[in-house]
Amino acid sequence: MSFVVLTGVQKHFGPTVAVEDFNLSAERGEFVSFLGPSGCGKTTTLRMIAGFEVPTAGTIVLDGTDITYRPPNRRNVGMVFQSYALFPNMSVADNIGFGLRVRGRPADQIRSRVGELLELIHLPDKGKRYPFQLSGGQQQRVALARALAFEPQVLLLDEPLSALDAKIRVVLRHEIRAIQRQLGITTVYVTHDQEEALSLSDRVVVMSDGRIEQIGTPFEVYNFPSTPFVASFVGTLNVLPATVIDPAGGRLSVGGQEIRIDRQIEASTGSTISLALRPEMVSIGSGPDGANRLRGSVADVSFLGSIVRLRIRVTEGVVVTLDVFNEPTLVLPALESPITVSFPAEGPLVMIGAAVGPVDVDALEATL
Amino acid sequence: MSVGSGGSGAPFGPIGVMRSWLKPRPGSDGQRRRRGSLVAWVILLIGVAYFIVPLVATLEFSLRPKPTTLAYSNVLKDVKFGSSLLYSFTIGIITIIVSLAIIVPTAFWVRLKVPRLRPFVEFVTLMPFIIPAVILVFGIIRVYSAKPFVFTRTELGSDALLVAAYVVLSFPYMYRAVDTGLAAIDVRSLTEAAQSLGAGWPRIILRIILPNLRTALLSGSFLTLAIVVGEYTIASFLARNNQFGVYLSLLGQNKAFEPAAVSLISFGLTWLAMIVIALIGRGTRGRVTVVGAR
Repeated sequence: MSFVVLTGVQKHFGPTVAVEDFNLSAERGEFVSFLGPSGCGKTTTLRMIAGFEVPTAGTIVLDGTDITYRPPNRRNVGMVFQSYALFPNMSVADNIGFGLRVRGRPADQIRSRVGELLELIHLPDKGKRYPFQLSGGQQQRVALARALAFEPQVLLLDEPLSALDAKIRVVLRHEIRAIQRQLGITTVYVTHDQEEALSLSDRVVVMSDGRIEQIGTPFEVYNFPSTPFVASFVGTLNVLPATVIDPAGGRLSVGGQEIRIDRQIEASTGSTISLALRPEMVSIGSGPDGANRLRGSVADVSFLGSIVRLRIRVTEGVVVTLDVFNEPTLVLPALESPITVSFPAEGPLVMIGAAVGPVDVDALEATL
Repeated sequence: MSVGSGGSGAPFGPIGVMRSWLKPRPGSDGQRRRRGSLVAWVILLIGVAYFIVPLVATLEFSLRPKPTTLAYSNVLKDVKFGSSLLYSFTIGIITIIVSLAIIVPTAFWVRLKVPRLRPFVEFVTLMPFIIPAVILVFGIIRVYSAKPFVFTRTELGSDALLVAAYVVLSFPYMYRAVDTGLAAIDVRSLTEAAQSLGAGWPRIILRIILPNLRTALLSGSFLTLAIVVGEYTIASFLARNNQFGVYLSLLGQNKAFEPAAVSLISFGLTWLAMIVIALIGRGTRGRVTVVGAR
């Protein structure tokens, strides 16, 4: 049986539906992320697991015990907050040992456990400091140690890295995952940052408007999005208008140029569909034999550090974005110069009748 | 030319003088800076004089009898001075305890659970500014002098009414101090963090919230103490003649120099209380303000 089970969980705030029919089973030691835009219900769901919100309907079961209506201080669930929430009047050691003192553990046991955790978070000499004497990254490490000190059954993290700068975020992200693996603790992580969710998680729950859009491994969610929302929210997406030439043979026309996909198209000849294409599926040049090719001109070149993003205008209103790895010998094409790009037949996802340009998720959804 | 008019004519009076000080004039930056500095010093001296001159005058008046310390020795020898001060401090401390017991949980709960009620609670705590003390005390006497609540016939009952009235008078100061203290800390996150670590409400309030409100609680408490010690109207109508304010008033009716001496002594005690606040609050300043980015 799964370790954390949410069944038919709903949360309404007056007439507003924050979470709708949420079902999830997480295994012991699994790292699950809730990913979605602001207001999608991910934090509300996490707060229901923590006990800070009571579900309007549904049940939450932890290790076989129904904890739906159990108060937060009797759940044995550790939580890390975006704002750190360290107790300003207590030293780092006292903060970490707070949960153990609440449980009435002997002083020497608390001291030894606090020492262990300070080592774990690489702050062995900071026990006597106060939170205001630490950097943001150090404070969040202490918050993590505090949440782990009393050996909770589940660790909940509510956008713990959002308040930190980019570099520290990446370092701390790896540390969180390493500590989670080392302790084997079941973890639920809330984020709106797809990179964080994809790099950290065993499974990702993509949410939108209070509903689950897709649950899957990062690989599945990224490569096989089950809804248009997931396709657009996770990663960057080209949406190209295409006219069906031969549905059975998977032949289409994009900007007057013929391409082929590796499956049948469920649309009639002459109808318009949309193709979703990841930038990393597209390469500069003609590609191998059998690859789809589009000719156009360079509309824009953006230098993003490790990658360079090119926007290729195939025809008026049809633009393909692709990424090229940066390297010192890279020769970038000039603006408006002619260029050919290619992509494999298995690259595009078919979205029948969808709009072109920025993805209109509602419109796309209606077509699938 | 009209006063305060624009154009080339300079306005009359102190405002005109200040405007002319503030008006940019030709000259080097150094000259302007020196002139600005001089203006600042003059304003500071006027401010200091505003506070110091009455005190110096009171001190000078209290030292007129021969020997010069006579008024002070008379006051300190007067048994009623000590007893009234002790009585007022006792009533003040009880008032502070009751006020804290009502205001801290209320302000905490409003911030945490029902923030939309905050304007209403703020309005309720402002009532003592709207209803004069004399109205309040008449109401108290009318309600609590007849059955079923007969409080005014016993000393203890009257003292209880006095405390109750002072608790109401302390609301605007105590609520604002506590609410400001709560605003400086992330109450919700701290409470939820403590809950997730297994803490119940008593531990959250006693170990997390109150220690982080130390300065705010001290400010509210000393303001309450200052109000109680100096209050006259309610104590007088409730026949609490041992109250310090009433004692001070009676002293003023019968003696010339002693009231000045008592005023300065009570002023000194107030300053002592302020210094205590500053000393105790200094250790917590950094800790309270830095809770983490939001």
